[in-house]
Amino acid sequence: MVLSLVAEALSIERGDRLVLEDIGFSVAAGEALLVTGPNGTGKTTLLRTIAGFLKPSSGSLHLLGGDPQHDLSQYCHYAGHLDAVKLRLTVAENLDFWAEYLGGQADKQREALAAFDLTDLADVTAGYLSAGQRRRLGLTRLLSADRSIWLLDEPTVSLDDDSRNRFATLVKSHLAGGGIVIAATHVDLGLPAAKQLHLATSRKAAA
Amino acid sequence: MSPFLTLLRRDITLCLREGAATGTALGFYLVVVSMMPLGLGPDLNLLSRIAPGILWIGLLLAALLTLPRMFEADAEDGTLDALSMGSLPLELVCLAKAIGHWLTTCIPLCLSAPILGLLLNLDLAAYPALAATLIAGTPAVSLLGSVGAALTLRARKGGVLIALLVLPLYIPTLIFGISAISAVVTPPGSFTSSFLMVTAVSLVSLVIGPIAAAAALRAQMG
Repeated sequence: MVLSLVAEALSIERGDRLVLEDIGFSVAAGEALLVTGPNGTGKTTLLRTIAGFLKPSSGSLHLLGGDPQHDLSQYCHYAGHLDAVKLRLTVAENLDFWAEYLGGQADKQREALAAFDLTDLADVTAGYLSAGQRRRLGLTRLLSADRSIWLLDEPTVSLDDDSRNRFATLVKSHLAGGGIVIAATHVDLGLPAAKQLHLATSRKAAA
Repeated sequence: MSPFLTLLRRDITLCLREGAATGTALGFYLVVVSMMPLGLGPDLNLLSRIAPGILWIGLLLAALLTLPRMFEADAEDGTLDALSMGSLPLELVCLAKAIGHWLTTCIPLCLSAPILGLLLNLDLAAYPALAATLIAGTPAVSLLGSVGAALTLRARKGGVLIALLVLPLYIPTLIFGISAISAVVTPPGSFTSSFLMVTAVSLVSLVIGPIAAAAALRAQMG
């Protein structure tokens, strides 16, 4: 059972530019952290670092309560700007692939489809979906396998009000089940109790 | 089903549904090989002497055409990010992609090679040797190709760069593949020793390819 994720004095470089400097936060199970800030301040960079795609240049990220044999990234779901949806596969095939690949249970499939209101579209090729429907299909990956930490990068882009509300409900039930949510967003996700991490604009060039 | 087989099955399904990559490679192979007799003239002795070389080089070039898409499609839509977060190490992801490429591209090319051999008056005795060396040698084509595809993932117009990176690596397979076939057609020479070398190159690629491709992908993940 994951207890909390703690970042200490995290600095991250991209290219030769220091994007994030001396970031610290701690999120416990059941808590959400909203990463806010103007464009280009490193919200995505921070999420991609937690997901394990980037190595921090200094500082540390610890997971308290996890199995030390597994990487942090194996506790995370990352939902970024890209949906990771294969347009030639049907909605159900896309979902099945991620459930099997990420080691989830097959019986969750119906639940995930219903949660995102995609049940009627299960046999439709993903290439025929609209941007919002594709987004919802991408987000079903969060439910396809149980993982404690959800890293969400602008998750509600191109979702309509109804889908946004459904998604907010899912996020809340994930938190209620002891999960952790770290979201970078400009819109309100309906999480009044969430912690805030505001990233400021001024960044120095790396020495 | 294990994540490895799930990924492999998905790659094969996608390739069968799209079909364009394999079709292009087969078409290219057919055109290149059938242009040879037109360019060299109807000298049957000459053609049958150079047939193994043409069939091998044509196959390498045709396979090369399909390499850039190996990781590109998954990188473009964010699938690669999500794949790297599974329990499967990135090395095995690369291996699954390379095996998928071998099954969907190299095997169809190998199957069409004997038919194209007819256009080049390939010696009848050479057919079994041709088939054997192609099957044993083409895993190296996919595995070494995966390294090139991974290295050029973020390069604009990576296709040409892949050719420069990967074709030199195919030279050992090419040399021993052709010498194995020649040994059967024009003795002396040993088919077995050349054939074993072709197999050895494939086995070495099996070890090095996925590790190098995964390292290249990791360096470009950010």
